[in-house]
Amino acid sequence: MSRPIGPGRLAYLHIRLGVQQELQYRANFWVQVVNSAIALGVGIVAIAVVYLHTDSLAGWSPDELVTVLGVHLMVGGFLRAFVFPNMYKLMSDVEEGTLDYTLTRPADSQLLVSVREVELWSLIDVVSGAGVLVWAVSRLGDQVGVIHYLAFLVALICGSVILYCLWIVAATLAFKVVRVDNVMQMLSGIYDAGRWPVGVYPFWLRGGLTYLVPLAFAITVPAETISGRIDWPWLLVAVGFTVVAFVVARLVWLWGIRNYSGASA
Amino acid sequence: MTTENRFSLVRYYAAGARTGFQRDLQYRMATFMVLVGFLIEPVVYLSVWSAVARAQGGMVGGFDEGQLAAYYVVWTLVRVYNTAFDPKAWEWRIRQGRINTFLSQPVHMFHRDFSFFMGSKIAWTILWIPIAVVLTLVFRPSIEWHVVNVAAFAIAIWGGYAVRFLVLYVMGMINFWTTRGAAMFGIVSALELIFSGRLVPLQLLPDWAESISTWLPFRWTFQFPIEVLIGRLDTTQIAAGIGYQAAWAAGLGLLFTVVWRRAIRRYEAVGN
Repeated sequence: MSRPIGPGRLAYLHIRLGVQQELQYRANFWVQVVNSAIALGVGIVAIAVVYLHTDSLAGWSPDELVTVLGVHLMVGGFLRAFVFPNMYKLMSDVEEGTLDYTLTRPADSQLLVSVREVELWSLIDVVSGAGVLVWAVSRLGDQVGVIHYLAFLVALICGSVILYCLWIVAATLAFKVVRVDNVMQMLSGIYDAGRWPVGVYPFWLRGGLTYLVPLAFAITVPAETISGRIDWPWLLVAVGFTVVAFVVARLVWLWGIRNYSGASA
Repeated sequence: MTTENRFSLVRYYAAGARTGFQRDLQYRMATFMVLVGFLIEPVVYLSVWSAVARAQGGMVGGFDEGQLAAYYVVWTLVRVYNTAFDPKAWEWRIRQGRINTFLSQPVHMFHRDFSFFMGSKIAWTILWIPIAVVLTLVFRPSIEWHVVNVAAFAIAIWGGYAVRFLVLYVMGMINFWTTRGAAMFGIVSALELIFSGRLVPLQLLPDWAESISTWLPFRWTFQFPIEVLIGRLDTTQIAAGIGYQAAWAAGLGLLFTVVWRRAIRRYEAVGN
């Protein structure tokens, strides 16, 4: 009997398969290039219009605010490439009863439902976001050092994991209420709030965007890190929050599949 | 058109609107969720511009915080009335042969879609009311209520719907020629976001951009109804705005008639 493959290799194989599938539809690359350019253009226009009327927004300079846009695009690209397609697939599997085929496989079910689909061309947003970020950081000069780059990587990974956890918790609700696509749509709408630092928002909304839909940790903290504005304890809080989010998501997933009775024939 | 035909069309519109109303009220939780999603966008813009106004001593581009709040609270209602048939959905309709049934009916499918969305707006308005109450309590908008403005708003918001519906319907016709219209729709949506007053009141854009917005339809579908209700326009400006809406609706209606005839000649029915 052959040894079961590890989670890393399993994820790699699924993602490679998804990438090969996407490469069949190369014309979508150009559609995504246009869409990414539009998202970037609108983001830049919005920032430019704000700074026509002020020199500083909640303490952020124009270049610092562009880092928020860059991180928002990058994390958004990651979500659209890896998280959204898998969560929508999970919901449709629950609705149609085809999730049973995944649950009966001899591997971790949460891992399997998280790596089955890839929307490769959405990674163009990650590239355009990274480009904007490099441009903005190069203009910030001495206020960013090596320590900030390293901390940024940690913050970016934490932010992406936190948002993955949020989406899988929302998708797991499908075990109970089946149609949660509107909840997912609503979360996608809320994600747009991350285009601005959470300090801009009123107190009650800032609380919601820090602890309920934690865009503060997912976007603002990485942007603060790479622009050299970070209050270091917040990075530790972000790491702690990531661990808590991951544990909660895992427990919710286990609860979900325990309560799932299947619908296929 | 005979009197009997006209009467039939009115009854057709009533039936279409009733269907749209009932559909959206039946799935009220789904509709409510979409409305909450709509809410995030104006709250974000309002927060950003209120922060800018505070940084500038309380005013930005002629708006104080209360007026900005009024702009973005009414924004949410106008956004509801701006929803129309998505041009991307035409690709699905054509590919699946969904329009075959409509083509064999004696009433043009335009009337079916237009009336359906009209009815759905009534359902959405009912669900919007509690959201408006919460927004009003939280953001304290300042609106000077005048009967003339309210009456003109009732016309302008439907005029805006008609123009936007036609813009999207004409764009949808592109799908008869290509299946790759998505990129173009994205570009038009971005232009609309900037030049309609949805992203930011047009007075806050540079002068040249505000001038361009006058010659595009988007301003008249979005910012114009908002400004009518919150009392930023005088009677002459209101009348002129409604005139622009009527001109755009007539022009786009004519354009649709011409394009539709050509599009339908290209169409080959499959399935269904």
